[in-house]
Amino acid sequence: MSLTEDSVPLLWRLARLDFDPVRNRPVLLYPEGAVLLNDTGKAILELVDGRRTVREIAGILGERYQTDVTADVSEYLSHLAERELIRDV
Amino acid sequence: MTSERPTTLLAELTHRCPLHCPYCSNPLDLIRAERELSTDDWKRVFTQARALGVLQLGLSGGEPMIRKDLEELAAHARGLGLYSTLVTSGLGLTRARAERLRESGLEHVQISIQDADPEVAERIAGVSSVKQKMAAAAIVRELGFAFSVNVVLHRANLDRIGAIIELAAELGADRLELANTQYYGWGLENRASLMPTRDQVTRAQAITEEAIRRYKGRMQILFVLPDYFEQYPKPCYGGWGKLYIVVGPDGKALPCHGATQITTLAFDNVRDHSLEWIWQESAAFQAFRGDSWMREPCRSCPRKTVDFGGCRCQAFALTGAAENTDPVCVLSPDRGMIDAAIAEPSESPEYRYRVIAEPQRA
Repeated sequence: MSLTEDSVPLLWRLARLDFDPVRNRPVLLYPEGAVLLNDTGKAILELVDGRRTVREIAGILGERYQTDVTADVSEYLSHLAERELIRDV
Repeated sequence: MTSERPTTLLAELTHRCPLHCPYCSNPLDLIRAERELSTDDWKRVFTQARALGVLQLGLSGGEPMIRKDLEELAAHARGLGLYSTLVTSGLGLTRARAERLRESGLEHVQISIQDADPEVAERIAGVSSVKQKMAAAAIVRELGFAFSVNVVLHRANLDRIGAIIELAAELGADRLELANTQYYGWGLENRASLMPTRDQVTRAQAITEEAIRRYKGRMQILFVLPDYFEQYPKPCYGGWGKLYIVVGPDGKALPCHGATQITTLAFDNVRDHSLEWIWQESAAFQAFRGDSWMREPCRSCPRKTVDFGGCRCQAFALTGAAENTDPVCVLSPDRGMIDAAIAEPSESPEYRYRVIAEPQRA
């Protein structure tokens, strides 16, 4: 499943964003699985709330990092959507 | 020593269970109640597991609902930040207990379903159980748990896989695990009664693949092929002692739930050692790490980094040596015994049911 800039991503109901103090990494936990995240991934997922569009998320991060991140955000969330960890509401 | 950190702990809290499924993944030699770890033992194990890097906890059995301290254990796990799954038959999961488990922070409940046909389901479980399972599923759904249905597949239920998938969807499952029987322990004892035909497997796979597409975004469906019908063996949990720890009811720590059948290995106990010591230092966890233990054809095979020679328990159970290539592999000199097992004329299903042996009188 590929997301567009107008998609409204929502984290799977079963998944939870957490921090793993042992590996010192943010982590996405869900039934029988875990994805270790980097800081960028965490920053994206923290803005995923089921209301903001991909474009709005990319806008906020673009301002923060002073560069256009639309393609990266879209690709990252599409990848998680492919794994059914992100839904398009 | 290893730099790997485990991600998953399967805590087999008890072997006691109201069901008698003939493919149970517990060992043939089941642990009796008086040998089970205490509440404090389990809490210590969970704390040590978290410190070692474990993120996922399976609260399993037997039937874990039989443990009266389950809520306390679930709360301790949640306090540590573990993502916990209750692996249950659904029997004993009353509304009152489900509510207490929800309050304790348990996130995910997995209920086993034996078949979509209630009569066959109860013949497999060896006990009346369907009504209680349906009631438990409704409660789990209503209380907002993440909810999985797990079904072990075999000759007697594979032809109803479509109806099984529909049943799981009606129950409101978020996830459906369709796992073909693995032939270790009880499953191996009952292999002649459980083994499907190749036609059955092929049809079931096609129906499941269609359903995976149809339910995408609503119910996640996982289908585990029976390894006997594949060319190459399954990687054993990403390799022996790499990601996974099982602790049995009596405290024995294992690299996989079937490992006790490898009688040439001695497994250390969490009553005597820390989980970290067992992970890092114990002979059993180091036995099949890396590839220096491998024999041919694995040793020189490029697939050794893909499937790690397959399942050590299966190699031991079928060939008598855990260092041998998993006989499921087409490159194994022992593959003939797998093909013979598939080709065996099907017996009528007279199951040897799972029961805990009475203690021997002195």
